Amino acid sequence: MTDVIRMTAAEVAAKIHAGELSAVEVTQAHLDRIAKVDDQIKAFLHVDAEGALETARKVDADIAAGKAPASPLAGVPLALKDVLTTEGVPTTCGSKTLEGWIPPYDSTVRRRLREADVVVLGKTNMDEFAMGSSTENSAFGPTHNPWDTTRVPGGSGGGSSASLAAFEAPLAIGTDTGGSIRQPAAVTGTVGVKPTYGSVSRYGLVAFSSSLDQAGPCARTVLDAALLHEIIAGHDPLDSTSINQPVPPVVEAAKQGMSGDLSGVRVGVVTEFQGEGYQPGVLRSFEAAVQQLRDLGAEIVEVSCPNFRYALPAYYLINPSECSSNLARFDAMRYGLRVGDDGTRSAEEVMSLSREAGFGAEVKRRIMIGTYALSAGYYDAYYGSAQKVRTLIIRDFEAAYQQVDVLVSPTTPTTAFKIGERIDDPMAMYVADLCTIPANLAGNAALSVPSGLSDDDGLPVGLQVMAPALADDRMYRVAAAYEQARDAAAGRTVLDQIPEL
Amino acid sequence: MTAATLLPYDEVLARFDPVLGLEVHVELNTKTKMFCGCVNEFGGEPNTHVCPTCLGLPGSLPVVNGKGVESAIRIGLALNCQIAEWCRFARKNYFYPDMPKNFQTSQYDEPIAFDGYLDVMLDDGEVFRVGIERAHMEEDTGKSLHVGGATGRIHGAEHSLLDYNRAGVPLIEIVTKPIEGAGERAPEVARAYVTALRELMLALGVSDVRMDQGSMRCDANVSLRPKGQQEFGTRTETKNVNSLRSVERAVRYEMQRQAAVLADGGTIVQETRHFQEADGSTSPGRPKETSEDYRYFPEPDLVPIAPSREWVEELRKTLPEPPWKRRKRIQEEWQLTDEELRDLFNTGAVDLVAATVDAGAPVAEARSWWVQFLTQQANAREVELAELAITPKQVARVIELIAEGKLTNKLARQVVEAVLDGEGGPDEVIEARGLQVVSDDSALLAAVDEALAAQPDVVEKIRGGKVQAAGAIVGAVMKATRGQADAKRVRELVLERCK
Repeated sequence: MTDVIRMTAAEVAAKIHAGELSAVEVTQAHLDRIAKVDDQIKAFLHVDAEGALETARKVDADIAAGKAPASPLAGVPLALKDVLTTEGVPTTCGSKTLEGWIPPYDSTVRRRLREADVVVLGKTNMDEFAMGSSTENSAFGPTHNPWDTTRVPGGSGGGSSASLAAFEAPLAIGTDTGGSIRQPAAVTGTVGVKPTYGSVSRYGLVAFSSSLDQAGPCARTVLDAALLHEIIAGHDPLDSTSINQPVPPVVEAAKQGMSGDLSGVRVGVVTEFQGEGYQPGVLRSFEAAVQQLRDLGAEIVEVSCPNFRYALPAYYLINPSECSSNLARFDAMRYGLRVGDDGTRSAEEVMSLSREAGFGAEVKRRIMIGTYALSAGYYDAYYGSAQKVRTLIIRDFEAAYQQVDVLVSPTTPTTAFKIGERIDDPMAMYVADLCTIPANLAGNAALSVPSGLSDDDGLPVGLQVMAPALADDRMYRVAAAYEQARDAAAGRTVLDQIPEL
Repeated sequence: MTAATLLPYDEVLARFDPVLGLEVHVELNTKTKMFCGCVNEFGGEPNTHVCPTCLGLPGSLPVVNGKGVESAIRIGLALNCQIAEWCRFARKNYFYPDMPKNFQTSQYDEPIAFDGYLDVMLDDGEVFRVGIERAHMEEDTGKSLHVGGATGRIHGAEHSLLDYNRAGVPLIEIVTKPIEGAGERAPEVARAYVTALRELMLALGVSDVRMDQGSMRCDANVSLRPKGQQEFGTRTETKNVNSLRSVERAVRYEMQRQAAVLADGGTIVQETRHFQEADGSTSPGRPKETSEDYRYFPEPDLVPIAPSREWVEELRKTLPEPPWKRRKRIQEEWQLTDEELRDLFNTGAVDLVAATVDAGAPVAEARSWWVQFLTQQANAREVELAELAITPKQVARVIELIAEGKLTNKLARQVVEAVLDGEGGPDEVIEARGLQVVSDDSALLAAVDEALAAQPDVVEKIRGGKVQAAGAIVGAVMKATRGQADAKRVRELVLERCK
């Protein structure tokens, strides 16, 4: 293993921009790593070696010509979740329905990455249309957790998180509808951020649940995530729900946090996200993390958010409802899989056969739940009630943020579970997102930072830090301070402890 | 299909009261579509006015066209509606191949405009008030072309072609409250309402309202209830009635058909029906086994629309004169009979006539040119009257030349046709073609003398008292002058020479 692939994005960028490393050799090192280990991990659905090297060559040419780099991350490789459209590069969303589809347009995230000269290595595996918490719902097979390849890397963005932990890329993009960035980060020992809803454009993000979906940065350090955050966030006139306000200064906040002082910061521990149902090792890791925050000078307060216990059921009405409508477009008429078009069947029959063949079990389950929840006569009881719960959860957050600056909890109740363990038990799978869902329902910011390894199974645990909408900088400061204290106390990073592949 | 039994119209009215509900879709003439930057234009090569958003490609998102919202508010205000202080778009979910996302972005329980009315003028000048339930914004679908079946219907078609150029074109759907109390005039009220709506849209400048091109489409709901009964009967909805006259015919037909069913002790099936242009009948659409459940919910990809009151009041200042008031004013100012007024409006000539009058032409001549000759030309050329390549000013100039005796009516028509063909303005055409009336007697006399010399026998007849024989000489002179002489003057000269 060469040093290059173990470096942080900030370190790689500094070396490339200083001319000490070429972007091409950095890119090639990561492509070589992918070639070497991805058979075991299966993080990537598509590797765009030529596209990546082309960007790298441009960066090197610019630096040779004395031009300033296009961004602080110019030349740094990145793994892109396959739910974001990429012009000329396949985009499948982990579904048979879109196998072979090559979008004619770029998502805004891809465009921003391109403009920043970030090197996109390829597209990462995911649960089909981002529905799942293990990546087992991918039509193209599961991704394996680099900590233990018999275990899941979380989901839906398991490909992105695994690529970081396997040193296939120092940066990745995920999307988080109910925890799909944070939960995979937690179980792979990496950092994952769900920015405030509306701060990263959804244009070109294939919609699963429009009012919840948010793309965000994934990395191995909080600072790297912050650097990537500032590249992908910002107002986009192509997304009506995009916020037209300055991006919070997250890089500055991360750097401030790295100074190691959290005095004056009020941290709320969410009462509802502890106790029964949580793996003991996860709770112990969480408690140690809270103690470390206290040691950094933070004021720790217990905060109750009583309506959070309704978040999961409300989420599983809103999310399938929007999903049932968003996925209606996959009808074989204009793109995607077409089945049964033999000249004897009507368009309606072809639509039906194609959807039957193109969607997996979890997608069908959610389409059916959502169709039911929106039906006349059930709308008020289901979708309507869920929206009321959503309002109550927003109020719980508002009340909590009157008392504290950030909230913390475990990111997910357990460490990585075994592949196959929960696949036949949807409820057990859904519980993985118990702690992450409230921030999606409220549209707030939240991230997961590793809090070390669980003492009962030696697998990574995540600490969730949540912040009010447009106060993303607060959680970056707290997470960066914690990360540094954690590594200082342990004398190594969490990923330093990952077994060799 | 066997023809339905119809009850004589008088009998329908003796036993039943009709109740109507009209739903009119108006395509806005904004430069771009409702939720993307594609050009909003009728026709075009199939699938050329499209982008990821209006094709519903995965990942695409809508952005509201502000001009579309402005037009919707102006329409709402012109219909005397309340304008919502806050409203949302909603998704109407159903599967159809020409709908790219398999949901239509529309409005549901929060329309932008609601609770208004439109006063319409009937043929005898009476004003009837039609209540407006709501006007809401939505997007149009693409078009399906069914190939290989009979009469372009999906049934029996070998395959279908899809054109998404129209997908995402902004639409305003205007829904009336139940129209009661129209009695025997129900069909006329329906036509007058759609006519008034069309005039209003033209006056607002928000739509081309070309019923032939589908930029205005009407669905007519009709039900009957026994005289004296309060509650409404079961209604049918006749879809896509696409001319003013058809609206009247469709309503009348449904009244007579439903009355025959009810009189026979039958019940009306709540269904969608299609209007048959050829014989004015309606026929049942595909029967619905279950009522459609569109699973409406607020569109999460768009933010709510909250027009400020200041903006709404600004827009109120831009409203045109209400259609019926304008009709009354024009009828009085121009002293028109009811029939003349109707022709003027039905041909869509009123603004053009007004502009021609403003350019100095007398009302009668201006009206006659636009309503008759130019309307024929427009029909022959398959364009709208306003699209003809002649300006009101040019028409006024032609009228002036006739009054001055420089053009005969026949020559004037040739000049106008040449203008329409793009040969230039009236004066240029006259100059280029040498079409001026030959009024110089000396030039005419030479031609007359030549004709007389060529036909001495005719001259003898005239001198012998057979004055009608002069026609042959006049004909010869007209031929020699290529029709540019004033025939009346030629005749006078011929008779003078033969004295």
